[in-house]
This record gives sequence, C-alpha cells and structure tokens, in this order.
Amino acid sequence: MNALRSILARRETGIAVMIVLFTIAVSLYKPQFFTLNSLRVILLLTPLVMIAAMGQMLVLVARHVDLSMGSMLGLSAMITGMMFRDMPYIPWPLGFVVAIGIGTMLGLINGALVTLFRLPSIIVTLGTLNLYRGLTFIVSNARQVDRQFVPSDLKGLSQTSPIFGIPWIIFMAFAVVLLTYWFAMHTRVGRQIFAVGSNPVAAPLRGVKVTQVTLLVFAISGALSGLAGIMYASRWGFVNPSNTGFGFEFQVIAAVVIGGVSINGGVGSVVGVMLGVLLMGCVAAALPLLGIPGTAQGAIYGAVILVALLIDRSVRRQGISGLKLVRV
Amino acid sequence: MSAAETTPPAALGRGAAAPRALWHVILVRPEAMTLALLILGVIIASQLSPFFLDINYILRSFTLSAEFAIVALVLTLVIIAGEIDLSPAANMALSTCLFAWAQASGIPMPIAIAIGLLAGLAMGALNAFMVIALQLPSIIVTIGTLTLYRGLAQIIAGDKSIRMPDWFIGIDKVLILGIPATVVIFTAFALVLGLILAGTIFGRQIYQIGTNEVAARYAGIRTRRIKLVLFLLMGLVAAVAGMLTASRLGSVRYDLGLGGELQMVLMAMLGGTYIFGGRGTILGTFLAAWLLVVVSTGMTVANLLPAIQLTVLGVLLIVAIIATNLIYSRTQR
Repeated sequence: MNALRSILARRETGIAVMIVLFTIAVSLYKPQFFTLNSLRVILLLTPLVMIAAMGQMLVLVARHVDLSMGSMLGLSAMITGMMFRDMPYIPWPLGFVVAIGIGTMLGLINGALVTLFRLPSIIVTLGTLNLYRGLTFIVSNARQVDRQFVPSDLKGLSQTSPIFGIPWIIFMAFAVVLLTYWFAMHTRVGRQIFAVGSNPVAAPLRGVKVTQVTLLVFAISGALSGLAGIMYASRWGFVNPSNTGFGFEFQVIAAVVIGGVSINGGVGSVVGVMLGVLLMGCVAAALPLLGIPGTAQGAIYGAVILVALLIDRSVRRQGISGLKLVRV
Repeated sequence: MSAAETTPPAALGRGAAAPRALWHVILVRPEAMTLALLILGVIIASQLSPFFLDINYILRSFTLSAEFAIVALVLTLVIIAGEIDLSPAANMALSTCLFAWAQASGIPMPIAIAIGLLAGLAMGALNAFMVIALQLPSIIVTIGTLTLYRGLAQIIAGDKSIRMPDWFIGIDKVLILGIPATVVIFTAFALVLGLILAGTIFGRQIYQIGTNEVAARYAGIRTRRIKLVLFLLMGLVAAVAGMLTASRLGSVRYDLGLGGELQMVLMAMLGGTYIFGGRGTILGTFLAAWLLVVVSTGMTVANLLPAIQLTVLGVLLIVAIIATNLIYSRTQR
C-alpha cells in the first residue's frame, strides 16, 4: 500500500496519467487519434526535442538555464550542412563528429562565460542566442543548404528503420535518454550535478568542483544541441539560417519543466523529462486533428510552461539573485 | 583599492573602508563607461560617414528603436528592484494585435486604443500575479509569458498583416520643435522616471528592494505593492510602445518587436544596471539607448547585414554585463 502510494505521489505518474487522459479525451472526439499511425507521428515529432531536453535538464538541475539551444542547433547544423555541400566526398557519419564537436565548443563558451565572470546564465545565453544566430547567417552568407546536398544516407536515418517500422533517429533519441539516465543517476559526476544544483554553497565544501561541473553541463547541453542539429538535417533534409532551430529552446524548456525539473535546481528525473517530451508530442500531434491551426503552438508552449510552474510546489521564492553564483 | 593605499591609515575607522576619492566616485561608474563609449562611437561613426555629424540623421535613426528604448527605461526599474521581465516585446505584439484587430473590425478608435492599453495592463498584471502572489521566479515566468503572449498574437493575427488607418500612421514623422515625437516622448519619459527614481522616496525604495528584499520588508517598505506597480507600468508602457511601433510601421503583424527583449535588456545592461538588482540609473539607460542607435546606425551605414548586427548586439550584451560587474566589484563598499 505504501509502495503504491509512493508511486502515485511521483511526478512521473502524474505526467503519465496526463498523457493517458489526454489521449482518451482526444480519441473520444477523434477516434483516428488512437491508432498506431498517430503513435508514429508523435514519435517522429519528438526525437530532436527529446535529445535537447536531456541537455536542458542537466543544465536546469545545476541551477542554470540555457536559452541558446536553438541557435547552437542552427549553427552546428549549418556548418555540417555546408561541409556536406562543399566537400561531398567526405563520409557522412563524419557529420555527427563535426556537429557534436561544434555544439560542444559553443556550449563550452556559454559555460566559460558563466563560470569565469560569475554571470547569470540567463543573460549570457540570451546574448549567445543572438550571437550564434548571427554567426549562422555569417558563415552561411544567409543562404540555405538545399535538399540535394544533404547525403541521402543521412536523410535515410529518419525514413528507414531497423525494426517495427520505427526510424533510426527515434532509437538514437532513446539511446541518448538511456545514456543520460545512466550518467545522471549512476556516475559520480552525474550525482555531483544534483549536489551543485540543490545547494551551491554546500557542494564545494563536500569536494565538488563546481566550476568543472558547470562547464560540463553546458558542454553537454551544447553537444546534444549539435546532435539535434545534424538530426534536423536528417529529418527535414535542409538547413536554413533563419528557421533551423528558431524558437526551439522554448519547446525544450516547456517539455522539461512539465517533466518536473525544478528551475531552482537539484530536482529532475530523466523519466519525467522523457514523459514530458512525449506529452508535448501528443499535444502537437493532436492539434491538426482537432482543427487547431499550427499557429497556436507557440501559445500552447507558453501556457504549458506557466501551468508546469503552477503545479510545481518545489519552486520556492528565489528571484534572480537565486541564480547568482556563490563565490567560494 | 588604490584609494585605500593612498589614505593614511590613521584617518580610518576600524574596519571601515577608505572613502573613495571624488574623481573615483564620479568616473569609476558604469554610466561613465557608457558615455565614453557613446563619444567614441560618434567619433568613429563620423569617420565612417559624414552623415553622423548631422544631428537630424541621428534623430531620425533613433525613431527606429525609440519604442524599445522607452520600454527599456521601465525595465531598468524592474531590474533595479531585483526582478526581470523578458516579456515586454511579446506584450507589445499582443496588445497591438488586439488593438489592430479591434479597430479593423469596426470598433471606434478610442475604444480600440483602450482595449490595447488594457490588454497590456492585464499582461503586466499576469506577470505580477505569478511573480508576487505565487512567489515564482520572474525569469522563468516571463520566459513562459513571452512564449504565451507571442503565441496568442500569432493566433489573433495569423500570418496576415493588419493595416492601420492613414491618419494613425507616422508618429515618428511628426516633429516637435524639429525633434521626432517618439524621441521627445522617450526623453520626457526618461526625465520623469529619472526624477522619480533618484529623487523620491518611492525611487529609493526600489533600490532598497533590489539590494535586500527581506531587509526592505522589515524596514516597512511595501515591497509587493511596489513590484506590482512596476510590473503594471511595464505592461502599460509596453502597450503604448507597441502602438507607437504600429504607427511607425503602418501595419501590424504578430512578429512586431520580435527579439526586442535582447535590445531592451542590452540597453539596461549597457547603461550599467546591475543584473542582480539594487544598482543602476535611468541616465545610464538613456545614454545606452543613444549608444545603441549610434552603433546600429553605424553598422547600417557600413553596409553590414542585419544578421551580423545581431552578432554584434549579442557580443555587446556579454561585454556590457562583464564590464558592469567588474566595475561594481571594484567599487563595492
């Protein structure tokens, strides 16, 4: 009985119930929602957000926030796409190395600015959000990388499937989820991220190297944005300097906070975030069926962030001073 | 620090820091940095193009970002009070879309304007409710409302642009004593807010809240009421700024003021407002707004792509906040 109660009290259960209720409600109204095909649609909507959400979760757990994800995605996708265009003889898997490498570098820049100068991450990443977007235009000369230049094997990742008709990129996304779970829950560094976020004063006293941990979470956030970048090229087949990744960070933040990650740091679970992403995917898949125009998506993401904040009782009063890095 | 070495130790009280020299107090402060950059910017820009020595050219360029500058003045107060608001640009879009939609559907103009202003006020009230009554952090709340307001504007306006009636268009072309009206509004508003912030009890209380909110509350300051006033003012001013933008552009789309939060935060930061609250002046933001105009006009004259300008603004934001923090850590007493 107690075990049952503790399962029911968990945030993950709440989100799972919301997914079930939402599915039932939509299916009653539009029975075609309750089919395998719409499951496929939902799963295809989610991999990019899923991967980036894992990075954002770690950043939020460490009591920071990364607003620059969409631009990191755009810039790494653009550079990788241009590499495919200008050097067609390069083997396409190398694109993953390049995209993740560039993403990591951009994330490290964020982390370095935050740790070196003790700046609030929200302002730093608001700056780099625009900085990286501008760089995307500069390196690409404001030109799109068209479909014919993206290797067909790469595009195949989102169309061909090893098993059950589920495309490769979905498996990759779930591989990232599993890796993140292992990293966050079962490695020393992973637990240190939680320690830093739940009490930045106590963590260094227990021998946690706060600077390194902060740098690491921003680097991971960048690396996963880079991975999401090349998967964008795979999924959509083109890279556009203004569209690719624009507004992506808000989707990710919405999914992560609905998944129960506290913006005050220290609290968050991989399963919760995964369910949060799936819930957002369900909503996005249901919109066209319900006859709601796609333009409503932005408003829904915003409303979801606010509702998630309202139901999250762990969010206490912090204000912006709560994000101030403590001098050790 | 250098002041401590030059003053004889005997003159000091025990444990007290040495008083700073007058030149130090006047010069080592963020507004001085802004002013120096502004002068430097004008000199460099006038080398690039002779247009810059024409005051009318700069005034006309200022009308392009005057609306953001007006909102940035209020944002300065909000940041000094220890909060932040990232939603005003989206607020501008939503309140103006509501206003445009109302007047396009035949509602008389005064009522349409009232609808827009009330909408702005309501959006400020929603922010205030989440931040003050529910005690949620303003950063994440306003990220949420930023997305929500922009999304609602997109629902209302769709992809269409709504045209304004002819007489409504062109407030930036109206000259008052040879100065564009929006610039006059900005300057007058800066003067009023500057006087309130520096010269009234209300203004000093804003600083106290930002320095230490708990202490301010124990000192009998109505912190919640003051923050409520600030958020409501933010909403109202954003709605007004949105209408000024609509008047300048002649039509309204959901992406009005898109990305404006960067410019607003940038103006406040360049003007030396301390991101953690408690420090900053209206004068700084006022100077920073002009600095930003000179920089972006200079970039336009130099034929830089708008995208490159975005990069420069991003770099400026980071540099400004690093510099401001350094100066404040130097002068910390």
